[in-house]
Amino acid sequence: MTQLSWLHRTVILALALGVAVMPTLYPWSQVLLTLALAKGLAVLGVVVLLQAGQVSFGHAMFVAIGAYSATFLGRALGGGDLVVVLLGGVLTSVAFGLVIGVFVVRYRYIFFGMLNLAFSMVLFSLLEKFFHITGGSDGLRVLRPTLFGQSLDRATFEGILFYLTLALALGLGWLVHRYLQSPLGQALSAVKSNETRLEYLGVSARHVLLVGYVVSAALCGLGGVIIGLVQGLVTPELGYWVRSGELVFIAILGGASNVTGAFAGALVFEVVRTYAAAFAANIWQMILGGVLLLIVLFAPGGLIALYGNSVKKLFARTRTEP
Amino acid sequence: MTPQLALLATLDGIAYAALVFMVAVGLTMIFGVMRILNVAHGSFYAIGAYSAASIVLGLTAAGMNPWLVFPGLLLAAVGVGAVLGTLIERLLLTRIYTKEPVLQLLVTFAVFMILEDVQRLVWGVRPYFAAEPVYLLGNVQVVGIFYTAYQLILLPTVALLVLVGLRLFLRRTLSGRLIVAVTEDREMATALGINAGRVFLLTFVLGSTLAALGGALASPTTSLVPGIGADMIVLSFAVVAIAGLGQVEGAAIAALMIGLGRSFAVYVMPELEVVVPYLVMVIVLLIRPEGLFGVVERRRI
Amino acid sequence: MSPLLRVEDVHIRFGGVVAADGVYLDLEPGESLAIIGPNGAGKTTFLNICTGYLKPTAGRVLFEGNDITGQPPRAIVRLGIARAFQIPQLFLEHSVLDNMLIAAAARTRAWNPFRAMVALPERAEMIGLLRQLGVADTAEQRVDGLPEGVRKLVDVALALALKPRLLLLDEPTSGVSSSEKFQIMDALVQALKNQAVTSVFVEHDMEMVSRYAHRVAVWNGGRVQMVGTPADVLADADVRRDVVGI
Repeated sequence: MTQLSWLHRTVILALALGVAVMPTLYPWSQVLLTLALAKGLAVLGVVVLLQAGQVSFGHAMFVAIGAYSATFLGRALGGGDLVVVLLGGVLTSVAFGLVIGVFVVRYRYIFFGMLNLAFSMVLFSLLEKFFHITGGSDGLRVLRPTLFGQSLDRATFEGILFYLTLALALGLGWLVHRYLQSPLGQALSAVKSNETRLEYLGVSARHVLLVGYVVSAALCGLGGVIIGLVQGLVTPELGYWVRSGELVFIAILGGASNVTGAFAGALVFEVVRTYAAAFAANIWQMILGGVLLLIVLFAPGGLIALYGNSVKKLFARTRTEP
Repeated sequence: MTPQLALLATLDGIAYAALVFMVAVGLTMIFGVMRILNVAHGSFYAIGAYSAASIVLGLTAAGMNPWLVFPGLLLAAVGVGAVLGTLIERLLLTRIYTKEPVLQLLVTFAVFMILEDVQRLVWGVRPYFAAEPVYLLGNVQVVGIFYTAYQLILLPTVALLVLVGLRLFLRRTLSGRLIVAVTEDREMATALGINAGRVFLLTFVLGSTLAALGGALASPTTSLVPGIGADMIVLSFAVVAIAGLGQVEGAAIAALMIGLGRSFAVYVMPELEVVVPYLVMVIVLLIRPEGLFGVVERRRI
Repeated sequence: MSPLLRVEDVHIRFGGVVAADGVYLDLEPGESLAIIGPNGAGKTTFLNICTGYLKPTAGRVLFEGNDITGQPPRAIVRLGIARAFQIPQLFLEHSVLDNMLIAAAARTRAWNPFRAMVALPERAEMIGLLRQLGVADTAEQRVDGLPEGVRKLVDVALALALKPRLLLLDEPTSGVSSSEKFQIMDALVQALKNQAVTSVFVEHDMEMVSRYAHRVAVWNGGRVQMVGTPADVLADADVRRDVVGI
């Protein structure tokens, strides 16, 4: 057990190191990897809710909320500072997560999924309709922030953003992992398996779920701020239901029960999308849907389970004892 | 708001409610029997609409008797519901009846994603208009304003027929009673020897056909663009949630609330047009989490 | 001494079925009360009302003098009433020990999100409870793979983990093989005594009732038909005809 967990840690660190050196070897990969890691952060939010058996079809709304609020803040401050913009975006997402969360945690399964979808569609249409504030479907340009007062050229900024995102992915990934191992995180999966007993232990399932919901909103919001900064442009499309579907897709692809899976899934997804979407743009949704069906029906553990199974096989072969 | 505008808004609202009702009642029936919320339900609406538009445009181009467009609309609905409905139920849904709810949701969501692109591949992204049926029926004058007979008479009539027809079907026919029996107590029904598999298929095809019918009838008055399926699934879910899951008559009332709310918003606060249905839903659910006519289900412990 | 639990004129009906039709009952601190009665007499409904799962249409429930009628189960549980279920209510995807640790965290409000559940200081105590009920060897196993009898005991252990002052048990040993029944009940009664827990248990087995209950309440048609010592109640002719079936 401990031997295995050491192995997992080593693999994660090796992968992180690999990702960290990629841009020095292949400069073109930097933006792609930043986007993938940012998306991984958002997917991590979806993974948290999946622990409780709840799937949200609207979580891209928090990506959009993070991205737009950071953009508004940056424009109001004439660019602003990276730290301020990041915090502003995340705190706004947390505030929205709290308000929407208080409402949606009263519901489960289809209601939970669809109510989130409904909220995201409202946000999407408001972003499109109030174009004098949001720039409508053309969106808003994101001003490049300073870092502790230093203004940066584009290349330096993108470099800093990449390593910052990687550090956030590792740090927050670890914190979320701790959270899921704590009684509060374990109570999330207790919501999935037996709410009645949870209630009869004196625990409010809604509170447990609300904590998870706000955490997920914060993670999606953070991902959104970074995506906006990398793209230099925010559009309502960030919060479209298709994007929410993608987050769910990546979570399932990576393996819904696992923190590492969120990032592994996001990396695989972004790389494949960058290359496949070019010649499969018309059937991209169809491919995603098809792969999702295959995973759900035939490999419900996702990428992480595939990795876990092969490691177990390896161990079984090298040891006499199981 | 002048009385004339109010009347106009009311008529718009009723016509719209008629369409939404047909889709929503299909969704709620399928849920009642199978306990699956079919996220791909909106795709049946969209594909029904596109197919109907193609048939109408084809008939018009071929110079056939123009009144054939009405059977054409019906044919599109039944065709889409029967073929696509049977395929999806038999090939996919039968595999997931015993799985966790979250996996069931993901499967129908995956089908929805796939069907979205199918529409794009078959019908492209440019808008479709097929207003021939509306022109054929002409306008009627109501208290000084002209309104299309298609929206004023045909749509509400069909919706009423669906409502009454469903009531009779569920209460008077053997198949309908089987559906009711499975909805109310699946274990008991299967223990009594009801073939749940056949009831599931029947319900799914019927519900899907209703969604496609809503789409087919919407096609002459709506411009068909990618994304209408997504809008409709959320809207019809809102209706189902307001009414309470599995409520047929309740869905009619909820559809009217949403239809009227939306059409009045169009005239009063156009920016909020899209938001109104969800506002109605959120308010209703805050006061009655199980919906207006829904019943609270308690687990036996 | 004032009663620990007082139930006054409680009513509830489901459609045409009257499940509680003016129930009165007082529970003395430290006693063990058995509830017997035919199926459908409203025994489980009574537990559901006392724990807030159902809200009575009329009447009051007082715990230590405080009105708890209509409060949600989680609030009532926090006041010190725990419950074990007729159908075990467990976290099926967790191990037995994890189930217990969630209960321990719930009791001590150990909600620090960065402290692993496996490191909770109550771990040894929880294993001890499992040992008392004879299911310690299943601690690492996932609940969904366990037989019904073991699940029943884990369900009881979960309730005990909360250190309640009042424990309501709904047929605690149904599903447990009859050879083990007394052994388990002996352990349970000892555990209750150690923690000074007052208990109510619904039971069909009259031998269990006469052996473990201080008092017996007979339920019939949503009412308390009779309350008394096991000897008195089991000797009553009506009870013998309606409930015991002799």
